[in-house]
Formats: sequence, C-alpha cells, structure tokens
Amino acid sequence: MDASVKRESLETMRVFDLATTPLRALNSALHAIAPGTNDTNFEVVNPRGSHAVAVGIDQPVTVDVKGSVGYYCAGMNDGGTVTVHGSAGPGVAENMMSGTVVIEGDASQYAGATGRGGLLVIKGNAASRCGISMKGIDIVVHGSIGHMSAFMGQSGHLVVLGDAGDALGDSLYEAKLFVRGSVKSLGADCIEKEMRPEHLQKLAELLEKAGLKEVRPEEFKRYGSARKLYNFNIDNADAY
Amino acid sequence: MTYHNPFTPPRKSATFDDYTLAEIRRAAATGIYDIRGAGTKRKVPHFDDLLFLGASISRYPLEGYREKCDTSVVLGTRYAKKPIHLKIPITIAGMSFGALSGPAKEALGRGATISGTSTTTGDGGMTDEERGHSETLVYQYLPSRYGMNPKDLRRADAIEVVVGQGAKPGGGGMLLGQKISDRVASMRNLPKGIDQRSACRHPDWTGPDDLEIKITELREITDWEKPIYVKVGGARPYYDTALAVKAGADVVVLDGMQGGTAATQDVFIENVGMPTLACIRPAVQALQDLGMHRKVQLIVSGGIRSGADTAKALALGADAVAIGTAALVAIGDNDPKWEDEYRKLGTTAGAYDDWHEGKDPAGITTQDPELMQRVDPVAAGRRLANYLKVMTLEAQTIARACGKNHLHNLEPEDLCALTMEAAAMAQVPLAGTSWYPGKGGF
Repeated sequence: MDASVKRESLETMRVFDLATTPLRALNSALHAIAPGTNDTNFEVVNPRGSHAVAVGIDQPVTVDVKGSVGYYCAGMNDGGTVTVHGSAGPGVAENMMSGTVVIEGDASQYAGATGRGGLLVIKGNAASRCGISMKGIDIVVHGSIGHMSAFMGQSGHLVVLGDAGDALGDSLYEAKLFVRGSVKSLGADCIEKEMRPEHLQKLAELLEKAGLKEVRPEEFKRYGSARKLYNFNIDNADAY
Repeated sequence: MTYHNPFTPPRKSATFDDYTLAEIRRAAATGIYDIRGAGTKRKVPHFDDLLFLGASISRYPLEGYREKCDTSVVLGTRYAKKPIHLKIPITIAGMSFGALSGPAKEALGRGATISGTSTTTGDGGMTDEERGHSETLVYQYLPSRYGMNPKDLRRADAIEVVVGQGAKPGGGGMLLGQKISDRVASMRNLPKGIDQRSACRHPDWTGPDDLEIKITELREITDWEKPIYVKVGGARPYYDTALAVKAGADVVVLDGMQGGTAATQDVFIENVGMPTLACIRPAVQALQDLGMHRKVQLIVSGGIRSGADTAKALALGADAVAIGTAALVAIGDNDPKWEDEYRKLGTTAGAYDDWHEGKDPAGITTQDPELMQRVDPVAAGRRLANYLKVMTLEAQTIARACGKNHLHNLEPEDLCALTMEAAAMAQVPLAGTSWYPGKGGF
C-alpha cells in the first residue's frame, strides 16, 4: 500500500488522501476487500473533484468522501455505502447495483443513470437527466431536478421533494416518479397517475430509508408511463 | 397507304424503377417506413475494386505451405495489463442475444474459440452460455446499458464502448416486441412483448472529453486489466479515430456502411454512413498523424467476406477485421435449404432480411424455441471455424504472393485499384498508373 495511506485505528478506518495518493490506490484497495472482513471503513480526504472515486465497489464497505467529487463517483456500486460530504459531478452512482450513495450537496447531470438497484439520496438539487434510463434504482432528491429526468426510465423510483424541470419522464417505461413540487412539463408518454395506497406505502418506505420520515407521502403526485409508445404505431409518430 | 408508327417499347424510368415504385406503394398502403436487418444492399465501391500486384522482379514471393506467414495479432497493447492475443486477425463482431438466438450465439462462441479468435456480446448483455463457449469475449458497453453489470465487466476479456455502428451511424437500436421472450425481457429489465428502443447516445457522457473520463472509470472498475475498444460507425473516420485515441482507447473499431444491424430503418441503412473502403485510410492517417499506428490497433468491419477482403483491409493499415453477416451465413443464415419457408415469408434465400420479425427459418435471428432448434451449435460452430480457416488461408496465400511473412506486413503499395472511385477512397493507384485522384501527376 502507498506510504501516504495511513491507518487511523487498526482494523477500523483507512484514510486515503487524494492530494498525495493516486486514485488507483484507493480503488484497488476497495476491490481487494475480502468477503467477510471487518476492515471495511474508508475515508477519502482532499478529493478535489477527482473522477471515478470509489468505483466498482463489490463488498459492503463504507466510504466517506470529505469534499466534492467529479464524474462517476461510486459508479457501479454493488453493496457499498458511499457518502459524499460535498457535491458530486456528472453520473454519480451510475449503474449502481445495490448499496447506498448519499450526496450531502448537489449532484450534476445523469445522477443514478441506468442504476439497477440500491438507494441514491441527493440532499441538494440534481441537474438534468437525473435517473436517466434507470433500471431499478431508487433515487430520493431533497431539492429539485433538471430537465429530461427519468428519460426512458425502465424501473425503480424517483422521489423529488422539490420541483421537476421540462420533459419529466420522457419515453418512460415502468419507472415510478413522485414529485412534491411543480413539474414544468411532462415528456412524451408520461402522465400523472392516481396515487393508490400501495404507492403511498412505497413512498413512505423510500422517504424513511432516505431519512425523511417527517415528510408526508400525501403531498406528492405520481407520474408514470401512459404505455402508448410501447409498440410502434404510425399514428403516434408526432409524439416521438 | 396507311402509315404505322414503328413500335416503341415501353420505357421505364431509371429514377422511378420497379423497386422504387413498389416502395412508394408500400409506404402509401402502410404508413410506415421499412424496417429490416442486415447492411446496405446498394452497390458501393468495395474491396472487389482493389487488386493485389503480387511479387515480381522487384520483390520476391514466399513459398506457399512452406514459408511461414504469421497471422497473429495482439489487441490492447497501449494501456491494458492483459492485452488480447489472437491467432488470426478476424474477429466476430458484436451481435446481441435477443437479436440472435441462444444457439446461434453459442455457435459463434464455439467457432471463434476453435479458431483462436474473439467473439463479442451485443445490446442485451452477456449470457452464461456465451461466456462459457467463448475463450475470448469482448463485452459491449452500449447506450442502452441493457444487462450491464460490474461482474460481467470483470469476466470479460475486453470492453468495447460502442459509439456507433456502420449500418446506422447516429442511430440507436430497436428490438421489436415479437422477439422479446421472457429471458430477453428479464435481461433488459423491461416488460415482455414491448418494442425495446436502444438510445442513440450514451446516457452519462457526451463528447470526447467525457468519453475520456468514462474510459478512466471503466479502467478503474476493472483495475486496468482489460483492453478498451471504442467502436464507431463509418462517418468521419479521421476525426472519430483521433478523438477515440485522445480519449484513451486501446483499440478503435471502425464499421463501414455494409456492416449489418438486427433492425433499422431501410432509409437509414441505405443513406447514412460511408463505405468501408472509404473509411480505412482516413482512420490510419489519423493514427499515423498521432504516432499511434500499430500502438492503438484498428479493427475494420462492414462487408468483410473473404481472405482477400481481410488482406486488403490489412494492407490499407488495419490490424484486424471483424465479421458479422458473413459469420451468420457460415452458421446457416439465408441457407437455400429453407427456400420453401423463405417463399412463404414472401422472400427468397439470400434476400431474407426481416430479422426483426423473429421468424427466421434458419433459427438464427429468432427467439422462437422451435425455430432456434434448427441451429446445432456444435455443428454450426464447426462451420464457422472452417470458414475462418479458409479466410485465413486465403489471406496468407495473398500475403505470401506479395512476399510477406506476416499479414501485417501487407501495405498499400501491394495494391492497385480498378476504378477511379476505389483509387480515390483507398488512395492506391489506378491499375496501370502511378496516380490516384487527390494525388498529383499521372
């Protein structure tokens, strides 16, 4: 291991200073974790907007990033818990399989893109294309989200406490969208749907998992696919 | 005496020929454009328009069957810890499970493995059968990300970031509902029976600067072990190749407009993109301008059919070629033995291209459990291996005749062109001259 990586307390916390340690050392250490080990707590300091921080995690490790990160932080996370104590650049938690990623600040474009599982919590705002092509991930945004969010979303849930930008849920498949604030416009084939008891229950679960137990599910509206574009029909050509 | 005009036969328009008229009537009747599989069917300048010069007094040939002519190629030497070593420079192009049946994918894996070359996944993820039967498997990273997961990334031998393909540069994919079986649906996280659109752009990056970061992420996830290819459709090969190199690619895959597709609009296939022949020299020039020729490898695909095509692509500067349509034919696609069934579908063997409908009599482009039984993966794999062996022997025969002890030693100076178009595109002299369009003198 790199000499600049210090152990703060034996077996409990490994600290990587990205001002002095290459990114490769961090990610290779995360990938070297053996199943069942107790040595699973990592701290990253001075991330300074680095890209690809803590990507490809495949064990239940905990990573605390003390600062803001660049592109693809926690990409393809599978079982890890990653907290960014700052903001995140584009593609945070892209293609997440399982685990939890929490962004204390804002997130840039494509947050949670193509994610297949796990929970992504963004405590600030998220930019455009949040949850694009989502395939099972749950995303909870405390603030607002930008345009084209949940584009071609296949499954999973997107919960937004603030507002949504233009073309929410364009070309949506089966992802479920819950927005508490206003929606600037809905995308092709996305419609407001009835909030049934099972949706309220699921929303309550998601809010609780995201640490928002005090927020009332009844304040949200549900959006989903009208399923009119599922099979090509020439009479729908204007919608594309 | 009555005057009779001499008979003038009816004249059909060259512009409005029978096919064009039929297409207008079909469009008027159905209100929808034609969707089909395969690559362009129009005639474009191709490798047939090039000839090898062979050895003469100025250079001497190698003895066939006696003197060695190496065919091996190593892909991914730039950054990857584990480059790919292939025995032959002919790879199997990306084709999806979903577009192709399970037995067809298995046959491709078996044939490629016997031949010491690689096969490639497609838009739909990696199946266990495919991984198990392919000694060297390239895993495509596509805009749809159907089936994408880190475990499969790590068990792949290389990763191919697909930006585009020759049949439809700038277009996404489409797998129509009739081919969405339970298994295909579950691999793609979508309901059964709906049309599955694959996006034309990646969801989390745009442009070469982002691509560089995306490649870094993929390398970090896979601990810098895997070669990373970037595949582009033949549209702007000089700039696309240069930008792929800048973004950190180990290998550039360049697919001309003869390259096939599982399902795309006919208007797209026939009118967008450049012929393979026109793509190679600009791409090689980009590599040479950057000092990266042979350091970043170039794989060329789109209409490769024979050892002669392979040798010509390599002579123009490619490191390897990839075959798709030809491999499908080798394992049984469009075989005349199913002619009666092709007729029932309103087509004929050799012309069947409704691959998206899932009714393929040969059992290859289908998910129908009964039809796919017609592909015996072991026998079909053997046929592919035979075909690859013939292609390799053909390429070696030509290379030896040109005095080359490795296929990579073939060079543009070994070629001449039969037509002005081919001379201009391949930048080799018109036969009998020392001139090609774009170069001074005669």
